[in-house]
Amino acid sequence: MATALKLKELSKKEERLAPGHRLCAGCAAPIIVRQVLLAIDEPVIVAAATGCLEVGTTIYPYTAWRIPWIHNAFENAASTLSGIETMYRSLVKQGKMKERDMKFVAFAGDGGTYDIGIQALSGVLERGHRLLYICYDNQAYMNTGIQRSGATPYGAWTTTSPAGKVIPGKPQHRKDLTAIVAAHGIPYVAQASPHRFRDLMQKVRKGVGADGPAFINVLSSCNRGWRHPTDTTLEMSRLAVDTCFWPLYEVEKREWKLNYRPKEKLPIEEFLRPQGRFRHLFQEENKHIIEELQAEVDRRWEALLKRTGEA
Amino acid sequence: MGRYVALDGNSATAEAMRQINPDVVAAYPITPQTSIVQTFSEFVADGLVDTEFITVESEHSAMSACIGASAAGGRVMTATSSAGLAFMWEVVYVAASTRLPIVMPVVNRALSAPINIHCDHSDSMGARDAGWIQLFSENAQEAYDNTIQAVQIAEREEVRLPVMVMSDGFITSHAVERVEIEEDEAVKRFIGPFRPTYPLLDIDNPVTYGPLDFYDFYMEHKRQQAEAIERAKEAVIEVGEEFGKTFGRPYGLLEGYKLDDAEVAVVVLSSTAGTARGVVDDLRGRGIKAGLLKPRCFRPFPSQEIVASLRDKAVVGVMDRSDSFGALGGPLFMEICAAFQAHGVRTKVVDYIFGLGGRDTTPDQIESVFRDLLQIAETGEIERLVNWLGVREGKQEVVTAA
Ligand SMILES: Cc1ncc(C[n+]2csc(CCOP(=O)(O)OP(=O)(O)O)c2C)c(N)n1
Ligand code: SF4
Ligand SMILES: [Mg+2]
Repeated sequence: MATALKLKELSKKEERLAPGHRLCAGCAAPIIVRQVLLAIDEPVIVAAATGCLEVGTTIYPYTAWRIPWIHNAFENAASTLSGIETMYRSLVKQGKMKERDMKFVAFAGDGGTYDIGIQALSGVLERGHRLLYICYDNQAYMNTGIQRSGATPYGAWTTTSPAGKVIPGKPQHRKDLTAIVAAHGIPYVAQASPHRFRDLMQKVRKGVGADGPAFINVLSSCNRGWRHPTDTTLEMSRLAVDTCFWPLYEVEKREWKLNYRPKEKLPIEEFLRPQGRFRHLFQEENKHIIEELQAEVDRRWEALLKRTGEA
Repeated sequence: MGRYVALDGNSATAEAMRQINPDVVAAYPITPQTSIVQTFSEFVADGLVDTEFITVESEHSAMSACIGASAAGGRVMTATSSAGLAFMWEVVYVAASTRLPIVMPVVNRALSAPINIHCDHSDSMGARDAGWIQLFSENAQEAYDNTIQAVQIAEREEVRLPVMVMSDGFITSHAVERVEIEEDEAVKRFIGPFRPTYPLLDIDNPVTYGPLDFYDFYMEHKRQQAEAIERAKEAVIEVGEEFGKTFGRPYGLLEGYKLDDAEVAVVVLSSTAGTARGVVDDLRGRGIKAGLLKPRCFRPFPSQEIVASLRDKAVVGVMDRSDSFGALGGPLFMEICAAFQAHGVRTKVVDYIFGLGGRDTTPDQIESVFRDLLQIAETGEIERLVNWLGVREGKQEVVTAA
């Protein structure tokens, strides 16, 4: 019997990511990792990409991982994990190893997924390895000091898209990576957020249960890069979802389904205002950027409603 | 008993891979390596191997998947050439530093630009400091034999390092030769079963691979790695002897030809050694004391053995099939100069850059090298330390048909 997704039941399970790691206070990444690993009852092997999560959890001679774990490089969590999953299949097929229901999970940031790792990810999805890839999307290269990525929102300040006098923040919109992944036609794709942990964990269960590759894009606040107090992490996640900036949905066997519809769709300002990375947008001369950002959120939301049959 | 077959170098390498029967192969095609992955794909498709073949989307992913698969706990191979090796550069280092016994045939090809598909050694020479053991093969037979031995060398407990097995693009990879292929069972017995160390798949004993490692421990780990590749020298020798006892073709770190009493000697890797052997015979026939040294193992570099076999020569000519731009000379030349200096040997050494991008190297050219060496021996004067063989000097006018 799978553990019920109830706080009481889950709190009795052993944590697979030990406390005492060195990620920042209030970082969403370890919250997400713990939720993902708690959702899986079977043994898990993890491959992680270079980034905050990797450097913050394994400073030699310490490791926070109580399960088999490998870091290879920045762009290749997917291909590295595909090698592990393939070795498992090979050894079982040859009778060199007993079959065990093992799960293979990759964790990578938005940089390691949207940008430098997209080729390796795409290859793994196309080849159909049975693994779950989790992108913890904090919308910038945080580990190297908050540089813009393909996931950074339009207008956001980062250290390589500074709020300058001529160019006020990132001039491009985010890539819609979840849709790009869904276009591969793999068995399971979803978007999730840690403030709705039951939804996230349910998705993880579907992901590891899928007969082939699964991908979940999880919004992961970084208070250092987003510039908000450390105790408002989950509040930022909630605002991202309630403004429809980060819709919760899934694509199961190519069926698009909306998992959550806010009672009242909040204006994007609600998500932007508490974060220092958007502060410059509230100056009079930059207000049009907020309007453009709102227009893009609306366009994507409307398109999603159509795709999920909710329009 | 083995059987003699007519095979090109790539087919011989693929045969070795079939007999090794790795648990996982992840590879990507590139000329002139392509026929290895094609042939191996047929073995997989026809059920002649148990291997799971990962048809990756790039060489970077090939090596990345090999690293994952090897750390998972099984026997792993890939193969590549030139740009493919360059593309996997970052993770070529990761494989060695993570101490994973991956075996990779490298069919030598020039690096871009300009793009060129033919042989030189700039690809594998560029990877000479990556921490891999590097074996160079003269012909198809050696490519086959070295690939089999590489598995044993890599997996030795005191070594646990990846091995590159080089052969010359087209010259060896695509030329059909008479090759002795051993029996499947005999090869299987020779390499033995894979013994995993700290496999990721041992979920009851979790391990962390590839942690962040700072100034407080990184250096000790590098020291262990340096010691491991030093120990590999002994392993290469032992495995080569064992191979000789089992199959009748013994191997060492290097191979001399008419070297003992030679006055002047040429040092060259891979297929060109075959051409040079003919030139030595020719010169000997004319009473000239010429000799040849063919290093087989370039990493670890057998400096003592090379010094011992060359120290009493009057002049040594090194032939480098790649340049190390801006350095004193080609990579092989620099290693030999350094070894001589470190061992107090005063033998004169000159360098010849040759065969870049597949430029033919003729017996005449090699004879001209020997003539240079004889002249240096006589006069004691070195006119040019680094020479380019068979190159048009000066500005060239390119004439094309109208
Ligand atoms: C090939 C390569 N290029 C660049 C880097 C430097 N680097 C390390 S982590 C990182 C950014 C990671 O960003 P992301 O994947 O979003 O993870 P985060 O740190 O934000 O969690 C960069 C650029 C690297 N390690 N390797
Ligand atoms: S910099 Fe951001 S992503 Fe990195 S550990 Fe700190 S809060 Fe987390
Ligand atoms: Mg990031």
